[in-house]
Amino acid sequence: MSLIATLARLEAVSTGRAQPAATVRHRHLSTRPLVFVPLITAGEAGAPLGALVGTDRDAPRLLAVPQPRDRDLRFAFLAELADVVLPYIDGFADVVEPAERSETDPETGKRVKVEVELCADAPQLIVPSRAGIDLVRLLGRSTRFRRTAEQDPETPFPAPPRVPLLGRWLTHFGERARVPGSSLLLAMTDVLGRHWATGQSSLEDQHLGALLAWIAPPEGRSGAEAAQEAELARDAAGQLLCPPAGPATDPAFDNRLLAPAIERYDRARTALAAAEDGLEADDRLGALTAAEREIRALVASRTRPTWDAVWQGLDLLRELPEGSRVEERWTRDRWSFTGHRDRVASGEPPQPRRDDAVTAANKLATREREQSRLEAQEALDDPLVMAARRLSGEAFAGEVVDVVMAYSESKRPSPRPLVTVRTDDGPHLGERARAYRSLGGKPQTVEFVGYEDGPEGGLLVLRVLDRMGRGKEPEPGSVPEKGDRLCFTLFEHEPRGGAKLPDPEETPWTHGGPPGEEPAPEPADQVTEEDIL
Amino acid sequence: MPAKALDARALAALAANPGCRRRAILDGAGVNKAALAGALGSPSAFGQSQFALVRGNAFEAKVKADGGTELLRLAHEKLDRGSEPPAEARVPDLTAQGPQGRTARTELALREAAGAPGAWTLLDHPMLALDVAGSPAFLEPDAVVVHPDGSWTVVEIKSFPLLDGAADPAKVGAAARQAAVYVLALEQVAARVEPAPRVRHRILLVCPKDFSNLPTASAVDVRKQRAVTARQLARLTRIEEIADALPEGTCFSPDLPAEQLTRAVEAVPAAYAPECLSACELAFHCRDRSRAEGAVTSLGRPVRAELGGLTTVEDVLAAARGEAGDPDDPAVAALRRAAALRAEALGTASREVAPCP
Repeated sequence: MSLIATLARLEAVSTGRAQPAATVRHRHLSTRPLVFVPLITAGEAGAPLGALVGTDRDAPRLLAVPQPRDRDLRFAFLAELADVVLPYIDGFADVVEPAERSETDPETGKRVKVEVELCADAPQLIVPSRAGIDLVRLLGRSTRFRRTAEQDPETPFPAPPRVPLLGRWLTHFGERARVPGSSLLLAMTDVLGRHWATGQSSLEDQHLGALLAWIAPPEGRSGAEAAQEAELARDAAGQLLCPPAGPATDPAFDNRLLAPAIERYDRARTALAAAEDGLEADDRLGALTAAEREIRALVASRTRPTWDAVWQGLDLLRELPEGSRVEERWTRDRWSFTGHRDRVASGEPPQPRRDDAVTAANKLATREREQSRLEAQEALDDPLVMAARRLSGEAFAGEVVDVVMAYSESKRPSPRPLVTVRTDDGPHLGERARAYRSLGGKPQTVEFVGYEDGPEGGLLVLRVLDRMGRGKEPEPGSVPEKGDRLCFTLFEHEPRGGAKLPDPEETPWTHGGPPGEEPAPEPADQVTEEDIL
Repeated sequence: MPAKALDARALAALAANPGCRRRAILDGAGVNKAALAGALGSPSAFGQSQFALVRGNAFEAKVKADGGTELLRLAHEKLDRGSEPPAEARVPDLTAQGPQGRTARTELALREAAGAPGAWTLLDHPMLALDVAGSPAFLEPDAVVVHPDGSWTVVEIKSFPLLDGAADPAKVGAAARQAAVYVLALEQVAARVEPAPRVRHRILLVCPKDFSNLPTASAVDVRKQRAVTARQLARLTRIEEIADALPEGTCFSPDLPAEQLTRAVEAVPAAYAPECLSACELAFHCRDRSRAEGAVTSLGRPVRAELGGLTTVEDVLAAARGEAGDPDDPAVAALRRAAALRAEALGTASREVAPCP
């Protein structure tokens, strides 16, 4: 955390309100995001208890699993979830625009432009917290290898149709969320925490209710008070007034409300199974429905406050103007979405459990590249982020006090004007260090020549190196003028990736060697008796 | 109010914050901190869902079923492939009266196993004593395995899943820190046996496989955690020293009125940091105090580290505004620079003129 961010937190403590940590919005927000507020059962891996899901803030779809340990009910939940999520995703898959992509021609080996489709927009999934992203990934993992009766009539416990497809999409969203700056799947606490500094630690910012209490405290109350209440206040029955954003539930809720309700449901189900005649069965079916309705009401009562909080967070974020380079990053998300759409359509098998060496190395390289791109773009979009970079000596801003025309020493002299800039910042400039400024959205490179009157004077002499056109005289507007206020960065605006990795067929033996024949589709997880405890 | 024994989890947490005298003395005295926090008016938020409890117990029972056949098979496969497979394992009865009795019984069983090498022995819920800041803590690992070569392995059974061979790193880390405490305690026992058996530094972490209830295991190297814990435990201020500094007649009974209790608790200094929230029952109380004092550590340890000698929110803000502090102090100078840059950035943003096009 930079000192500027620390200062913002301290100001938040003293004013009782969260302070801005950004002046623009650094993440894309869809006009129609799909909000997903899941709950899980404690102690079991990927056993959903219920969820609220939908694109309409006033009409979420409530899903509940009255007995989370029952495999059939779990599948029913996933099938219902697929009924909401997949049509939403499909809605973006068909609206395309033409785009170009460079590919290697298999015959000549040259890079050529290929005309391809790019989805005009992409779906966006929003979960309350970081743990929600992990759950999306876990649900993806637990369902993408499942087999439906259609795929494999022999499979014991076939999954409902479309559930494996849901798993592949959730896996894709979960993987994409690991790429810095991506917005296909966002955790509300992360995005809010990026834009506001609260008067509590980043650990405590993981609580969505407390975070929102700092950003938008209720009338007449301080953020600290409201946040503490959101964290801890309980009603007379010992239940949290602001339930945790999940997916884990509060143990007090599990023990006092949920466990008895599930027990009643189990009893009603056993009673129904033991019914001896139609009349009795009718009665007992009524009891079972009532028990199920009770659990649904419990799930709704714990998810609805979080659902409303997520939408409140979206409202707050929409008030911020979007950063100018956010759109560019969203285009990358659209490419990612289009790519996965194509892989699904072409019948590729689900994402493997473990990536091969080349895929894994590529993923890591992408994440590193996107991380440095994100850092550069956020700074260029947002003076507050740039201020932190200036403080750390990675950028400097100042006024141009002198411009002297000069030329390079070559057969065809090109303009190399010398610009003197007065700055209060202390950039870490080495001899002939490069710095960059944004000129019409493109980076212009300058070279550090020296200090006019020693390092303490704050007068830097810089030589402009490019973006001045081809002629002897620089193009108008391409050279800074006296009196201009400029900001230079020592980091590149468009970071380059590392060396290209070999194709999978060329994997060196140190990394397992080339993959063998067409890999067999991975088998589904073995179903064991133990799945149902 | 019965004394609450120190467990490995508490010790690992204590070792994570060795400067906290409050925690050291309360734990050392066996005070039930959850009850104390309730009496102070800042109840802890710890609790375990009965679903997790049931599942955890069912899993542990399954792992240890049939005299630990499955557990020993995993230990053989993951840790000790060179030795003979465990066909006939000894599972000594460790029941005894009280923690001291159980510790003695465990030590006896370990000595017996050392006296008759060449076989596998499984100790189900043994009890180990560890000297912590001058008072003994009794620890109960899930199991300890004695290998045919006479070496000992700590077994940790957890109910979080090992998914495609990988588990949640935070949970594995917690398990490793906990196991490191057991390794330390076992080493103390081993030092008393002649010749001293080797305590293995790779523990066996047993977890459910993927989405099933089938056990699978992984060897986890806890050398680092062991070294850290050993150092922190050695650094712990001796409890008598803390107790000597207390006013005469200090009592932490949760039956006392809240005011008196608060005074008693306040008599011992705490070292609150946000990490305490997930490790200590008293954390909410300490957080309230820390916030009321305006301590910058309540925003996180790294924040404190950045600010040099300035420890309260108002000090820092006054220094940043130029109302206080020595401008030659590098921390103060950096703060003023940060404050100026921040004000400039926010000012330009509100005028909607981007300084850096």
